[in-house]
Amino acid sequence: MTLAQLRADVLVVRALGWRSIRNTFRRPQYLAPLVIFPTLFLAVNTGGAGAAVRLDGFPEVHGFLDFQLASGMLQSTMLAAVMGGTGLAMDIELGFTDRLFAAPISRPAIVLGRLAATFVMGCFAACWFLAIGLIFGAWIKGGPIGAIVVILMAGLCATAFGGIAAALALKSGTTSVVQGTFPLVFVIMFLSSAFFPVDLMAEPAQTIARLNPLSFVADGLRQPIITGLSTHVFLSALLGVAVIGTIGFVTSGLALRGRLKAN
Amino acid sequence: MAAALHLDAIGVLMRRNLNEILRVPGAAIPGILAPAVFMVGLTAAFGKLTDLSGFDTTSYISFLIPVSMLQGASFTGAATGVNMARDIELGWFDRLFVAPLPRPALLAGIVLSASFRALLPVTGVLTIGLLLGVHWPGVPGVLLAIAFALTFSAIAASWTVALALKFRTQDAAPLMQSSMFIAVLFTTSYAPLALLTGWLQTVAAINPITQVIEGIRAVFLDNVTWTSTWHAIVVLIVVLGLTFAFALRQLARTGR
Repeated sequence: MTLAQLRADVLVVRALGWRSIRNTFRRPQYLAPLVIFPTLFLAVNTGGAGAAVRLDGFPEVHGFLDFQLASGMLQSTMLAAVMGGTGLAMDIELGFTDRLFAAPISRPAIVLGRLAATFVMGCFAACWFLAIGLIFGAWIKGGPIGAIVVILMAGLCATAFGGIAAALALKSGTTSVVQGTFPLVFVIMFLSSAFFPVDLMAEPAQTIARLNPLSFVADGLRQPIITGLSTHVFLSALLGVAVIGTIGFVTSGLALRGRLKAN
Repeated sequence: MAAALHLDAIGVLMRRNLNEILRVPGAAIPGILAPAVFMVGLTAAFGKLTDLSGFDTTSYISFLIPVSMLQGASFTGAATGVNMARDIELGWFDRLFVAPLPRPALLAGIVLSASFRALLPVTGVLTIGLLLGVHWPGVPGVLLAIAFALTFSAIAASWTVALALKFRTQDAAPLMQSSMFIAVLFTTSYAPLALLTGWLQTVAAINPITQVIEGIRAVFLDNVTWTSTWHAIVVLIVVLGLTFAFALRQLARTGR
């Protein structure tokens, strides 16, 4: 690949990414799952289960909101991934992707453009929830560096899940299949440490949560907020993102190849 | 004679709306799956809350089942509003207006069909809950809980239909869904009122749907009293009356 080709690919990724971001912000139906519902859910969890901090074994925290912020971010980033996949599937349904395939541009750049937008939406979600947290009295023990780590981690997490959603979109080519994974997002989240400390969860969810890579990501988002930065937790979170990302990139690569062959 | 014709028309509208379940059975799955996932997931995550003093039960899933039943009912009700917005956008609803049918009958057909459609998610979630250990309250208790949930679905349908008629676009869908989310969850959904923290305790105390949740919860926690039941009945009747009147008002304004 020459430098000129690389520059052209970057331009395609940027243009397609920017298009996806604009589409998301233009229609309330796309933005609501990323912002409104996770925020409402965070509000209910915090007010409804706030007394949980009095339970024996609950970690020392400034407040239950501090503990729950990671769940809001994770929910929003995972739904950003699903919405990204839905957008890609809609492009396939409407024939826009076929036109891109016919254009003299790199094919992976078409998917990477969508994933770049998902990364930005993940970072946006983290900024949104950090702002909500600060407004309603949460502390970020890790300070500004901790906040930056959280924002980047959320972006990476969204991209990793975005790869899986893109694979589903490319394989099925229908929005309903990708949208059908919405409940699955919650299943995966409930079976992780996103909402509650693993030690206080009921069996068999506790055992599953200990093995779920999303638990590492949830802890990686939470740790800089409730106790400050920890190398061990940070690296574990990166490993969790890497596992999910590898699955996403491999499956989306295979699905893209399959769609190109079919075309 | 006219009344019989109106009943026929209501029946036809109900059948049209119920056809969706028969023709697209897959569309009913999220309505059952989503509240069931929440019920099982929240029980797994927050189940230890029952260790706190103030809970009347050690079975969190029994405590949570009323919320899941109302979620199922409200999803179906909100879907009615979203479908109505789609019908308005596609022009189908304008054709209904030229039919020789009074508008209350038109609205009644739509709202009643939502109640019938809610039977599927409500009983589906209840069955899953009972299989997972929700306390069996006996047949009269189950029937009472289902009746409350179906009436709540009619409330959700009236409210979201009113919103659909006001905004006339599917872009209003998040508003419909989030208002129902708030109505059901900004209550004593996760914990008794005394254990709620901060602003939620105040909101839950004011929110009338708290009384409905408590009315159904009493059934599953074996605490049924006339007080808990009549509070729920009064709230359901009053809120249904208000939301139906709001929808009728929007309907009367449509096309002017």
